[in-house]
Amino acid sequence: MARLFFFPVVTGSILTEINAISLSGVSKRYGDLQALNNVSFDIRKGEFFGLLGPNGAGKSTLISALAGLLKVDSGQLSILGADVEKEYRQARQHLGVVPQEIVMDPFFTVRETLQFQSGYFGIRNNDDWINELLDQLNLSEKADTNMRKLSGGMKRRVLIAQALVHKPQVLVLDEPTAGVDVELRQSMWRFVRRLHREGHTIVLTTHYLEEAEELCDRIAIINKGELLALETKQDLLARGLGSKLLVRATHDIDTIPREYQDRVTRLEGNEVELILHRDSDSVMEILDRLRAASMKIDFVSVLSDSLEDVFVRMTSEQEGVQ
Amino acid sequence: MNAINWVACRTLLGKEVTRWRKVWMQTVLAPVITALLYLLVFGHVLEGRVEVFPGVSYTAFLIPGLLMMTVIQNAFANTSSSLIQSKVMGSIVFVLLPPFSALELFLAYIGAAVLRGLAVGVGVFLLAIFYVQVPIENIFVVLIFAILGSYAMGALGLIAGMWAEKFDQIAAFQSFLIVPLTFLSGVFYSIKSLPEFWYQLSKANPFFYMIDGFRYGFFGQSDQPVMLSLAAMLLAVTILTIICVRMLQSGYKLRDA
Repeated sequence: MARLFFFPVVTGSILTEINAISLSGVSKRYGDLQALNNVSFDIRKGEFFGLLGPNGAGKSTLISALAGLLKVDSGQLSILGADVEKEYRQARQHLGVVPQEIVMDPFFTVRETLQFQSGYFGIRNNDDWINELLDQLNLSEKADTNMRKLSGGMKRRVLIAQALVHKPQVLVLDEPTAGVDVELRQSMWRFVRRLHREGHTIVLTTHYLEEAEELCDRIAIINKGELLALETKQDLLARGLGSKLLVRATHDIDTIPREYQDRVTRLEGNEVELILHRDSDSVMEILDRLRAASMKIDFVSVLSDSLEDVFVRMTSEQEGVQ
Repeated sequence: MNAINWVACRTLLGKEVTRWRKVWMQTVLAPVITALLYLLVFGHVLEGRVEVFPGVSYTAFLIPGLLMMTVIQNAFANTSSSLIQSKVMGSIVFVLLPPFSALELFLAYIGAAVLRGLAVGVGVFLLAIFYVQVPIENIFVVLIFAILGSYAMGALGLIAGMWAEKFDQIAAFQSFLIVPLTFLSGVFYSIKSLPEFWYQLSKANPFFYMIDGFRYGFFGQSDQPVMLSLAAMLLAVTILTIICVRMLQSGYKLRDA
């Protein structure tokens, strides 16, 4: 398949060791709120990386710090080896950010907006690339329309085009699909996947955990400014408790063997759900014990944990909720 | 030290100029009409009753003052409104994400303010000369003071735009600082006609030197030596430039806001 996007992706042995993004001991405090607490991790070049956390977890603070929109109290952040503060010119040249809020300059058309943004990065005569972005994001027909007259979804696409207009190697998408309809969301992901296939590093924050589960190679979970987990999606899904066993009986269930009582997550009528330890449990053994406790089993199913389950469990554990 | 990225700087300048050009009725025509109304009213009432400079009619005397007042108020409005609008609407992020240096941002914003000031000034002048003949003693002095005046006020607008978080704070800055200092700077009179106390106080008003030096360019006469006004203006723009660039470097109320 022909390569559609001719970004100057850095390859070669010399630079292969450089991380796309590197954070070391990053802390930021706002008054009493510790927005980031000694956060350290690396994002490798070419990764599709998910950054998850509940509202107020510190995700946007982290992205703002990367983009140079705020200064951290301590720690270092770099983009493709360039320190975001000391070498801000190189760092920002490598980075494209799609902000969470839909923002626009109401004075200009879509094309003017992109031409200005291109010039801000020192790139003149960028019309070929701008036309290609307009085409790929289905904005060609709106190129000469004032930004005010675009729908919310269209404005969101312009934000993506603005983030890509200087051909950055690292693209950060801060909740890009919030409030976006299904069709646009799917076309947006097709586009972002293509960028990723072509070697670009993608960092995604999203509230839609199924999106992170579907798209991301590695996922970091942060809460209250702290890094709770940083693992591949598979490791995260297999982490700890893993999955559940659903058992339906032919009668209402009133007793559960003592050894399984603390694993019950739901007991309603003739159904019970038990946490299943993937590595140490035998489903057959559990069923045998339930039968031995006079349960007449009608139906059995193993429910795999979704990323959402893992996420909720991890953030709840940090909050002290069992 | 990073060299200036002129492409980035020129692009931001172009965007800022396009911004005021697109709404020219509000940003150019309206202030021109307001200045002409001042001229018609004050000129009609006071013509023949007051002679400030020997051989210069009051209406002719008034024109440079009104011109400069319009130039500097619009230069201030350009930077302050651009910044506060983009801060309130969030579009400031498009300027903060690219690798601009503080000096590049400063030059672009000030350049656009100077160009708007000059556009409005030319507009007022072209219409005013239909009403009364105004001599131009030295066009270079006129241009230098127009540029320095709009530069200084553009810089003041930049400071106000960075400091303010709401539109009404800009309005307060304008109403309680810019307008009084402008009206008390000798736009409508010579400060020599004031009682001693107010005369001395007026000499401490930096806006007075903008108007007085500018007026010298038209009539070859002024309340203070023109070189003193030029020195005062150069000092003002130097101080304002240092303050603005430092504020932009630190990202005062722009980054981390």
